[in-house]
Amino acid sequence: MGMTIAEKILAAHAGADTVVPGQYLWCKVDATSGHRLRDLEALGVDRVWDPARVFHVDDHQAPPPTVAAANQVKDMRRLIKKYEIKNFFEYGRGGILHQVFAENGMYAPGDLVAQCDSHSTAGGVFNACVTNANLDAVHVLAFGELWFRVPGSVRVVLNGTLPAWCVGKDVILKVAADLGTDYGLCKSLEYVGPVASQMSLAQRWTVSNMGVEVGAKFALFEADEKTDAFLAGRVDRPYEHVTADPDASYEAEYEFDLSDLTPMVARPGDPGNGVPVESVVAERVKVDQAFLGSCTNARLEDLEVAARIVKGRKVHPDVRMLVSPSSQEVFGEALRAGYLETLLEAGALVEHSTCGPCYGGHLGVLGDNETCISSSNRNFKGRMGSPLANIWLSSPATVAASAIAGEIVDPREYL
Amino acid sequence: METVRTGRVWKFGDRISTDFMMPGHRVLANPGLSVDEAAKFCMEANRPGWAEAEVQAGDILVARINFGCGSSRNGSQSLKALGIAVVLAESVSRIHLRNAVNTGLPTLVAPGITDFVEEGQKLEVNIITGEIKNLETGATLMAEAWGEGTPPYEILMAGGLDAYMKAKLKERGLVAS
Repeated sequence: MGMTIAEKILAAHAGADTVVPGQYLWCKVDATSGHRLRDLEALGVDRVWDPARVFHVDDHQAPPPTVAAANQVKDMRRLIKKYEIKNFFEYGRGGILHQVFAENGMYAPGDLVAQCDSHSTAGGVFNACVTNANLDAVHVLAFGELWFRVPGSVRVVLNGTLPAWCVGKDVILKVAADLGTDYGLCKSLEYVGPVASQMSLAQRWTVSNMGVEVGAKFALFEADEKTDAFLAGRVDRPYEHVTADPDASYEAEYEFDLSDLTPMVARPGDPGNGVPVESVVAERVKVDQAFLGSCTNARLEDLEVAARIVKGRKVHPDVRMLVSPSSQEVFGEALRAGYLETLLEAGALVEHSTCGPCYGGHLGVLGDNETCISSSNRNFKGRMGSPLANIWLSSPATVAASAIAGEIVDPREYL
Repeated sequence: METVRTGRVWKFGDRISTDFMMPGHRVLANPGLSVDEAAKFCMEANRPGWAEAEVQAGDILVARINFGCGSSRNGSQSLKALGIAVVLAESVSRIHLRNAVNTGLPTLVAPGITDFVEEGQKLEVNIITGEIKNLETGATLMAEAWGEGTPPYEILMAGGLDAYMKAKLKERGLVAS
């Protein structure tokens, strides 16, 4: 019996020839994040299993907004030194972990990584099984191992040719709208087909990133020359692309023809509330905040398209547009390419790289009855601050166009 | 670990996110809060007043699909602090389920639970076998039990990850016994 990508990777890390869905495994894990170092210390353990494979960046409190946060961050730096963690990224050299860890060579095809933060499914774009461990990341820190239940695998076949002005975000909002935000619950998703190949690595990254929004354990792509191009110079160890066997077994297979896809928005409440933006325009949804940021959609090409849209225009007087690149590396690239200057001239507030606004922490929290159009990942009630605020999700192009218009609009009219 | 638990039911809907259980702007933005203080904000956005005035120790929480979707913040920590004895849901998000096991809060996937019980009724739940009795209707329902000997079973039976880790660290000689 052939194996899926996840089955192959889990088997390899469990020292097993073959595995089947539902089976429990103890696996060797290739890397983790440092979030649980404090728990490790509390348990009286004085070393991590492999300091070179622990990565850390403070992205949620970047930089600390309160004294309590500052003390927490200060203590983390003590732990980083104590446990001799090499891959630590200070403010100014960091950003959002999913981007920063990838930029610094944490993930390669075939890896199994369990790290803190729910959007860890993002690492699936590198043909690696990357997922969340929260409390039990301390088990990885101590032993370099974690238990897994082998997931059922689901194939999502993306057929057709993606039209201009549609990107990975529109694809995942469409898939989540059609299949619901539970279709991937505890599953390993494999995105394949012509559109999977056509999409840039950054666009695929958005799809993998939002794997958790459809419940997935892993959200995988096959590796190709785009994958290798990103990893070149970042990953210095040898790796091999992992493909599913032709006779691998899938619990479900879903096919989409995306040739007629149009830009999507998710109405407030759930990322699965996606509808074509053209069906919303007539509602004249006024926007108070336009947020271009987060680990989902703030990479260089996201900033490029936003800059292209706002060039020579002004952000609407009633709108505050917040721009936060996904990492400081991306910030620098966007700066040198002139995108940030264009955004600045249009009246956007360019922030450093931070998780702050996306989770309602700081640097862009919403007030009562405010409306935000966001390139981020979650529009749950209360997610970005007030429970009375409304969050719409969209691609960066739709965020930028809506910031100019002052209401939610179809970005295709802002070419 | 007390294996048979009886309690009064609170019913919640589909996709109760961890943002509801642990609001970011209340809890993550205020890392100085104690566990009990953080728990007071649980379900504030979707059921105001529940955590502060309604829920009582020993109560059972029943939910529909994808309970605990979203962020990896540990909603079970707040539910446990509020005294919730058992969580039963049509389905549970992967991250939330692992957090629940690690926190030592029995959380079982119980297909059919929505129609099986009304809010305010009492249930008796065997957290090992998964057997659920509705003490008012007399009906029974089976939840998915953790297989004996599986890692999540072992962690839950230890009372949570902390106790499990302490025993394992001693066993492997990583801390003084």
